[in-house]
Amino acid sequence: MALASVTFFALALIAIASAVGVLIARSPIYSALSLVLNLLSVAGLYLTMNASFIGVIQILVYAGAIMVLVLFVIMLLNLDALPSPRSIGWGPILGFVLGIGLLAQLLYVMLTSFGISLEAAEPVTTAMAVENGSANTLGQILFTEYALHLQVAAILLLAATVGAVMLAQRRFA
Amino acid sequence: MEISLLSTSIFAFLVVNAMLLSASVLVYAERRVSGFMQNRPGPNRVGPLGILQPFADVLKFVMKEDIQPAASNTFIHALAPVLMVVIAMSVASLIPFAEGVVLLDIDVGVLMVLALTSVTVYGITLGGWSSNSKYSLLGGLRSAAQMISYELSMGLAVISVVIIAGTMSLPGIVEDQASGWAVLGWNAFRNPVGCIIFIVTAFAETNRAPFDLPEAEQELVGGYHTEYSGMKFGMFFLAEYVNWFVASFIIVTLFFGGYLIPFQPLLLAAIPALDGSLLLTLLQFGSLMLKVAFFAFLFIWVRWTFPRFKYNQLMDLGWKKMLPIALANTVVIAIGVAIFRSIF
Repeated sequence: MALASVTFFALALIAIASAVGVLIARSPIYSALSLVLNLLSVAGLYLTMNASFIGVIQILVYAGAIMVLVLFVIMLLNLDALPSPRSIGWGPILGFVLGIGLLAQLLYVMLTSFGISLEAAEPVTTAMAVENGSANTLGQILFTEYALHLQVAAILLLAATVGAVMLAQRRFA
Repeated sequence: MEISLLSTSIFAFLVVNAMLLSASVLVYAERRVSGFMQNRPGPNRVGPLGILQPFADVLKFVMKEDIQPAASNTFIHALAPVLMVVIAMSVASLIPFAEGVVLLDIDVGVLMVLALTSVTVYGITLGGWSSNSKYSLLGGLRSAAQMISYELSMGLAVISVVIIAGTMSLPGIVEDQASGWAVLGWNAFRNPVGCIIFIVTAFAETNRAPFDLPEAEQELVGGYHTEYSGMKFGMFFLAEYVNWFVASFIIVTLFFGGYLIPFQPLLLAAIPALDGSLLLTLLQFGSLMLKVAFFAFLFIWVRWTFPRFKYNQLMDLGWKKMLPIALANTVVIAIGVAIFRSIF
């Protein structure tokens, strides 16, 4: 159990650090690579939470396909790194800290006044998590309960694909 | 699921070292077999029959100066070969070596293999881009385009296997092939089209001839690793050979019964005492290695049989031929399995 917590916190730390890296990296390549690291560490988090199917799909679709194309575009355009930012005054930093404080206060008030509990209604066991995260369960739900939603999403994606081909061919007449 | 950390670590250590050694065996095999196919002796000076040649090669890599282009990106230039090796090695953790002998048995094992191979493309593109050389960049671009194009057909071939097996775990897929007479339960016989598509796409994914456009010597010097030297080049080289070995393993696992011994049910019926014994495990491992050795040989064989594709032919084959066939095959297999299940 201790090992699971250690991996969880290590992955969570990497995920947060890389997410910050996406924002503050001055070079677009490093920014994109941080995003890849972020996607991979989030996939790792899914795996530690027994949602192996979603974790693997995350790597396959986002890290393996989409980010490769993003990286491609950045490399081909050969974007230069942004110039270093001007030094930030104390005003924005103070404002940021105060804003975070206000947000925390508001969230606390909301949680207590609406009686929202952060604990799950019933404790989640490992067996339940494995059951809910399996490809079998997901497939059953997707193709029965949410069949219409799936079809609509599929048509949307098809339209986007056809649109992309149309735009690439540039024959609008 | 209770995992003993120590035993897993020892097993992982063994697998990683076996993969490293296998690369040297493959280097030797490739150079020797290439020699025989071209009617020349091949390397035969270092050690008896040249067996120590790969070790001499590695020594040479280590001793060589590590040259880096002045205008390259230092961090990414060093990161790319490491990425390649790490990803190539991690796929090996999913392979079932014998009944119950597998490092990591997760319920989405096949997808994990696809996911890891799809990440391999980063090593090549980053290596190509960071070298700041036109040959490297072209090699990296070609490789990425090729891998993305062939990944779809590969995924569809894998899906057709998953439909038949009803599971995505690699040991599960191997066990599913145990049914049926002798070797007829193997997916190569139940799903021949998927098998051929998978083998062809495996060649493309590992950048082996006839799909070796990313490192076409005549056009691109060395392709994505033109600007690499010393052990960094050695790591690209190592990753290529490990990828090739792992691809043979995956082909055998998915389509040729994995660790199953041909006629295993008959063998067990004849000698019941063998069931569950250590000897059976060893026999299964031996059977797996023989099959893998054949496919490793097939990679060399094909290299000296087929000329390299032109780029447009490569894309034509991937998108206009392989993909429609793979799609049709998946539908046919799905309908076939549905009919089969409703009858029996």
